[in-house]
Amino acid sequence: MNFSVVGSQFFPLLINGLALGFIYVLVSVGYTMVYGVLRLINFANSEIFMLGTFATAIVSTSVFKFNQNSQPSHGMKLFIVLLCCLLASMATSGVVAVFVELIAYRRLRTKGANRLGSLISAIGTSITLSEGVRILTHSIPVASPRVLSKFYVFKIHGVGLRIDQLLTIASGLLLFIAVDRFVTKTRMGKAIRAVSMSEENSKLMGINLNRVISLTFLIGGLVTGAAAFMYMTVYEQTVFNVGFNIGLAAFTAAVLGGIGNLRGAFYGGLALGLAEEYFSALLGSQWKEITVFVVLVLVLLVKPNGLFGEAVQQTRV
Amino acid sequence: MINLRDKGAELWEGANRVQRTAFALVAIFAALCLPYAGNFSLTNFLNTPISSYEAVLVYPVGMYILMALGLNIVVGKSGLLDLGYVAFFAIGAYTAAILGTHTHLNTWEILPIGMGFAMLAGVLLGLPTLRLRGDYLAIVTLGFGEIVRILAINTPSIGGPNGIAGVPQPPTVLGQAFDITHPDHFFWLVVIMILAVIWMVRRLSIRRPGRAWEAIRQDEDVALLMGVPILRYKIWSFSIGAAVGGAAGVIFASEQMFVAPQSFNYNVSVLILSCVVFGGMGNIWGVVLGASILSYLPERIRFISNAREFVFGLALVVMMNIRPEGLLPRKKREHLSDEERAALKTTRSALNASKKASKKAEKEASK
Repeated sequence: MNFSVVGSQFFPLLINGLALGFIYVLVSVGYTMVYGVLRLINFANSEIFMLGTFATAIVSTSVFKFNQNSQPSHGMKLFIVLLCCLLASMATSGVVAVFVELIAYRRLRTKGANRLGSLISAIGTSITLSEGVRILTHSIPVASPRVLSKFYVFKIHGVGLRIDQLLTIASGLLLFIAVDRFVTKTRMGKAIRAVSMSEENSKLMGINLNRVISLTFLIGGLVTGAAAFMYMTVYEQTVFNVGFNIGLAAFTAAVLGGIGNLRGAFYGGLALGLAEEYFSALLGSQWKEITVFVVLVLVLLVKPNGLFGEAVQQTRV
Repeated sequence: MINLRDKGAELWEGANRVQRTAFALVAIFAALCLPYAGNFSLTNFLNTPISSYEAVLVYPVGMYILMALGLNIVVGKSGLLDLGYVAFFAIGAYTAAILGTHTHLNTWEILPIGMGFAMLAGVLLGLPTLRLRGDYLAIVTLGFGEIVRILAINTPSIGGPNGIAGVPQPPTVLGQAFDITHPDHFFWLVVIMILAVIWMVRRLSIRRPGRAWEAIRQDEDVALLMGVPILRYKIWSFSIGAAVGGAAGVIFASEQMFVAPQSFNYNVSVLILSCVVFGGMGNIWGVVLGASILSYLPERIRFISNAREFVFGLALVVMMNIRPEGLLPRKKREHLSDEERAALKTTRSALNASKKASKKAEKEASK
């Protein structure tokens, strides 16, 4: 145990944790929304994330001809490049998410199969996607060229906030607020909430179930894609199984906050991002995953429905 | 599609004691002969390219069947989603490795100890977490699986990431040596363990614990109201499942003579769960079939080595979409008298007739 590290590195760890936390927040929104509506752990979400990171890498290298030696751009071009990468990543993830639902889950759902059947289908989809990318990339990690030069926005006593971290935190926050607004304020958002409360009753109320579910997957995919873009600007490297750890952490975050509960995912993601950074500083990074799960178990023991409770207080069979 | 499960059950229930015994003996004999199937021209299509067929029968096929049967108690019988089942396998394997290299105990003596440790781990994990429901339990067990693996990696005294080599093999039994040249003997051992587990599960499921698990699986709240001590039976289910996993682990370690943390990652848990659901949750024969296919198939299609996992994933999705309840689903209705069955039949045909009539009316109305 090395408490002095936490003391001296408190603020850098805080900033790293927040940046990581917002990536988790966005990915866990993907998990929690699908779970809220279908009661399904969308195992393929980690692969949806992975495809988003590849979309970012491909757009910056193929479309804008960045390579490892090229200089980071700035000004208007930087803005356009980042926006294109973000849009490409979001679009890829969103479209893949919708297709995954259509191909792997819809038939099972309309057949009224048990939940574990869908779960195995989800696992199969996840294996197929990641293995497909592994074969295409020959298991070689793909480095994304540096598009955004990583200067410090401000620096006080050696504690600085890097531009990519600021971008992640700011856009993560904005995006989350947008999704939250959409779900709570708009008509379609209302439909999503209705379906998550009761599929049967919302059908009786004339809600087009298939459309709402597709929409849920689309939003989850878009947000996960945005997270993939942010991950690429901060870490600048991806590989076919990049989604595994992020997905696991994001799902844990969703459970921590109370799965199916959108705002729970927000706090859960941030808490997990911060916890990971501080615990790895305190105990060494090899114990990172363990401490996260221990925290999860302790939280669930005290609050069995997660920190902020589930959106729907119902027995899950 | 024909319901193989019900057809088989019908034949079995119609058979008398002699026929049943004869069938069981033939099936067991056929299973024991499997290691030699690779030598005959009629059956040598079973041979696996690249890896040795006899060794494949022990691991992964035999081991996966054993573990899938253990997990079936937890997931199939009592409906508790466990995503970290590999942890118990790992505990069994590490117990065998540590005790085998540090003490003079032989594999047969270690086997019950390994099962005991796995059971203990099951109880310790179950006590706090089995109060949780559904997917919370899934994520906590997933975490437990990862914790065990990471602990093994980060503990230098048990070899860290390098694992433990030189695990002793089981001593000779009845003149049958257990060493690397005799994978068939290991396979027989695994078959005997599988039979023992099947026997145990069949006994348990028609007795009090089996009925309690069934009640818990169908509706926890109702079971509680009916006076079923939920937590106790859940922990029993968890620890019996864990013991089977631990036993598989002990045999795995002494067969491979080597354990390392990377054999116990999350993918193994997922694969075993896939075996259970793919074959048909809650039905022993479905689970055996599912585990045989899912463990054997990747080895058989090694010639497309690079794409085999890809094909595996695709096969899971396609199969689940065609047969969501698994290959051999559990039997739906039990203990129906003949009159009840006849009544059910008439009701069903009446229902179908009325459905057809309403469809016809709809069509005419749309015209």
